[in-house]
Amino acid sequence: MIPAAFDYVRAENAEQAISLIGEHGDEAKFLAGGHSLLPLMKLRLAQPTVLIDIGRLTDLSYVRDAGDHIAIGALTRHMDVENSPVLHEHAPLLAHAASHVGDPQVRHRGTIGGSIAHADPASDLPATTLAMGATYVAQGPNGTREIAAADFYEGFLTTALAADEILTEIRVPKMNGAGWSFQKFNRRAQDWAIVGVAAWRSNGDSGVALVNMGSVPILASSVSSALSGGASVADAAEQAAAEADPQPDLNASAEYRVHLAKVLTRRALDAASG
Amino acid sequence: MTTTEAAPGVIGQRLLRREDPALLTGEAKFTNDMHVPGALHLAVLRSPYAHARIVSVDVSAALDLPGVRAAYTGADLADLWAAPMPCAWPVTDDMKNPAHLPLATTKACYVGDGVACVLADSDAVARDALELIDVEYEPLAAVTDLEDALADTTVIHDELGTNSSYTWNLLVEEHDGAVDEAFAAATHTVSERYVQQRLIPMAMEPRAVLAMPQPFGGDITLYSSTQVPHILKVMTAITLGIPEHQVRVVCPSVGGGFGSKLNVYAEELLCMALSRKRGVPVRWNEERGENTMATTHGRGQIQHIELAADEQGKLTAIRVRLLADMGAYLQLVTPGVPLLGAFLYAGVYELPKAYDFSCTSVFTTMTPTDAYRGAGRPEATYAIERAMDALAAEVGVDPLELRRRNFIPTASYPYEAFSGLTYDSGDHDAAATMAAEMIGYDELRARQATQNVDGAAKRLGVGVSTYFEMCGLAPSRVLASLNYGAGGWEAATVRVLPTAKVQVVTGTSPHGQGHETSWAMIAAEKLGISPDDIDVLHSDTAISPLGLDTYGSRSLPVGGVAIAMACDKVIDKAAQIAAHQLEANVDDLEYVGGAFTVKGSPDRSLPLAAIAFEAFTAHNLPDDLEPNLEAQVTYDPPNFSWPFGTHMCVVEVDVETGEIEVLKYVAIDDCGKQINPLIVDGQVHGGVVQGLAQALYEEAVYDTDGNLTTASLAEYLVPAASDVPSITTGHTVTPSPTNQLGVKGVGEAGTIAAAPAVINAVVDALSGLGVRDISMPASPLKVWNAINSARTATDQPGGTP
Ligand SMILES: Cc1cc2nc3c(=O)[nH]c(=O)nc-3n(C[C@H](O)[C@H](O)[C@H](O)COP(=O)(O)OP(=O)(O)OC[C@H]3O[C@@H](n4cnc5c(N)ncnc54)[C@H](O)[C@@H]3O)c2cc1C
Repeated sequence: MIPAAFDYVRAENAEQAISLIGEHGDEAKFLAGGHSLLPLMKLRLAQPTVLIDIGRLTDLSYVRDAGDHIAIGALTRHMDVENSPVLHEHAPLLAHAASHVGDPQVRHRGTIGGSIAHADPASDLPATTLAMGATYVAQGPNGTREIAAADFYEGFLTTALAADEILTEIRVPKMNGAGWSFQKFNRRAQDWAIVGVAAWRSNGDSGVALVNMGSVPILASSVSSALSGGASVADAAEQAAAEADPQPDLNASAEYRVHLAKVLTRRALDAASG
Repeated sequence: MTTTEAAPGVIGQRLLRREDPALLTGEAKFTNDMHVPGALHLAVLRSPYAHARIVSVDVSAALDLPGVRAAYTGADLADLWAAPMPCAWPVTDDMKNPAHLPLATTKACYVGDGVACVLADSDAVARDALELIDVEYEPLAAVTDLEDALADTTVIHDELGTNSSYTWNLLVEEHDGAVDEAFAAATHTVSERYVQQRLIPMAMEPRAVLAMPQPFGGDITLYSSTQVPHILKVMTAITLGIPEHQVRVVCPSVGGGFGSKLNVYAEELLCMALSRKRGVPVRWNEERGENTMATTHGRGQIQHIELAADEQGKLTAIRVRLLADMGAYLQLVTPGVPLLGAFLYAGVYELPKAYDFSCTSVFTTMTPTDAYRGAGRPEATYAIERAMDALAAEVGVDPLELRRRNFIPTASYPYEAFSGLTYDSGDHDAAATMAAEMIGYDELRARQATQNVDGAAKRLGVGVSTYFEMCGLAPSRVLASLNYGAGGWEAATVRVLPTAKVQVVTGTSPHGQGHETSWAMIAAEKLGISPDDIDVLHSDTAISPLGLDTYGSRSLPVGGVAIAMACDKVIDKAAQIAAHQLEANVDDLEYVGGAFTVKGSPDRSLPLAAIAFEAFTAHNLPDDLEPNLEAQVTYDPPNFSWPFGTHMCVVEVDVETGEIEVLKYVAIDDCGKQINPLIVDGQVHGGVVQGLAQALYEEAVYDTDGNLTTASLAEYLVPAASDVPSITTGHTVTPSPTNQLGVKGVGEAGTIAAAPAVINAVVDALSGLGVRDISMPASPLKVWNAINSARTATDQPGGTP
């Protein structure tokens, strides 16, 4: 529970953070809320020699109405996502999913940007923003670029972010009254999902993404195609695991995960259609 | 002289715990909070292999790290130990017990077994240095399955030649062959196999140790997060060869133990030995992950239980075969734990002399097991209460009705059981009736009939558990007959200071139980003064030299009663002074509300305060009476105490996902007279949660290579407040006739009762689908699998029934 020795520098703004990471290279890591990184360091599974603290970049903590979408600063804490009136009005699925992250202590420290950059397939917000068709904004030495959520998750804990890029903003389309549901199946309230499903539905459109059903958050596009092809919710939900590659662990066999994904997808779509 | 109880008494009030403000505000000081300049930090290198020969250990690179003061291999320290680590419970004469040293020298026998250690200026440097120690291991096969262990395919301790430690039998028969005859003649029999999974006790505060040698004269003070300062004093003195009078053990605040701190641990011995060797304080602080493997585990048994019953379902014989997991070594009371349940496999039921119990214990390459809340009794209660449900199904009667048919009748108390033990008092029907009313038993059965139909998405289940607890861990003579290495008495001193403030000194060692509050209440009631005028001193062998500490729900029925007796002695002495001063006969005095009064002459009265001062000045005492007002008592109880009760649990199981929701939990516990009902409720709540945790959440899982795969709180699922139901408590009060307070213990009752209540409810919910058993913990995965295999079995008529 004692991490290996490391140096600590605090960035005052995004530009400085980028130049610091350029300076320290591979040995360095950004520190946001620390709720994924520090546990790994305490177990000595991660041993960065420099931490660049971006936790005080308050100008990256915001939720704004940007016309057709809502813009969320990467350093916005889960608790602020959960309680944002703007999100409650325009993207309630995300606010609701954020309320299921860990426990209150975790939600007061952890950030949406950290959660997405860390890209844990068992985390709630990567899959939720994926289901919503979010776009992520990254800033690097050569300026900013947008990355579609569907192109972002490349493998287990690896993303399209370059080593010298910082995630600055998450953009989620307004839901415009679409029905939605977030289903999280776990054994203890504060745990990561054994399987989770984020879903929304509006007229012919839908989005479904799965938590902890493979090495990355999974977009269950077969379910959406089935629905737009006129399938019933029950039949569409049978496709839930078509894109998934679930692994067994202490809480679930792969078979059980597939079963749960189907049941939870059906329940989510029923709720979203209600 | 007559003593009348002041009414309304202090006993029975829901006083807030005086311990809590410091604990809740973070002011309480734990061992690791103590700042000691110049102390060296110990870190222990632990084997990553479950079973491996230690070929070589090279600590030289660790020594080169700045801040490291010393590094030792097991062999370097081998001659510091006057004796191996103690096991105080050699349950049979031929029990096999491998020599167990604080650091292994030739072989590592579990993942976490210490093989080398470092002393450094800080904990961080010490732990960094561990990574620089080079150990060459020759890995050997792990032994993690109890039945494999018994087969001796891989023998762990070469010198023993076998993995079996002992076999202990308790055969009680009216005449030879009575058990076999009863089974042959029985109308109904059941034969069940249950697994008590290993549990990690997971106290909020992991262990911590600080050893401080005195610069001259050889005295040493050991600070430790332990439940047993007195036992530690004796055992460390013996193991280290230090004269016992030079050892003082102190426990600062202790953040829970649950049995896991009822031990003599390697790190305590290492800190003491190395602090003496180096002449400086040495401390060690356990990490959470380290705690999961370096601190003893609980449970770990395979149980076979068979019941024989007549047509009505009345028990006629019981046969029990246990296979118990000792882990890699025998710790302080490891071998005795399964035997603490040996007398309880008949539960609260009448049984003729037809009882056949046998326990075989084996070594495995896993963390040693030892006491864990309830120790042996939750296991026994689980087996009999699950088997009673199986028998109810077999007989075709409601599980509660079957229990009623078998309850020991209230009128037969005190009851001499088949085993020869006498159960002090009980009223099982009253507790069961109260529980059934509070939970709405009959309505629930009716609701089940409408809800649990074919295709139901959620099934309702009701679970019953009627339990007995044998607690107090006394009397000493009975413990002797079990080969236990110590007595079961407890000591108390009550000292009235010159200003009539009172010090109560106890040999119990609280670590969450609220003794400071309860003991003050007992003394306040007896002495007729306010609990605020009483201080309770404990957990320091220099202040409380005599004691046997806290475990086994013993503190109140043994230690609390000792305090009441010491108060009586103080009052007797004070009465002599009062009589002398009032010029009255002692027999003409009464002691009420903290004052002695001559009967019939209310104006002739002396308060305790005046007597205390007289006792101090000694200016005018009766001839031959010693000054001061103090009494010491060592109390060895005549019997165990036998709390009992009924717990009921209601669950709903989501048939599709296997998720279990506990809808309602009712706990009726009878612990005799209650000193502080608030503390009793707290003990029941915590106990129930620990039992429910075994039923639904917790398991120490090892892979086949002997790695603990649940070595963090992310994998080892301790439920949080948000995961447990609201618990409704209720109480019947059947005082114990064996002590003057009428009290019984209550520390373990909740844990003992809860697991079978919960699992009985889950199985009851799913019985309509053909599910007969689900092993603990009943995870959603297991429930889902159980439903599926029951379905497969019914879908295929030719398949397994
Ligand atoms: C007890 C506990 C329970 C939890 N339960 C859940 C749960 O149920 N569901 C869930 O979804 N999550 C859960 N989490 C994880 C939590 O949500 C984390 O806070 C989150 O995953 C990471 O956010 P952070 O701000 O703490 O990131 P950090 O830990 O600071 O960083 C994580 C990683 O992302 C990188 N990073 C952070 N911010 C940026 C950025 N802006 N740009 C580029 N890289 C960045 C860091 O360098 C690091 O590699 C839990 C955590 C704990 C400790």
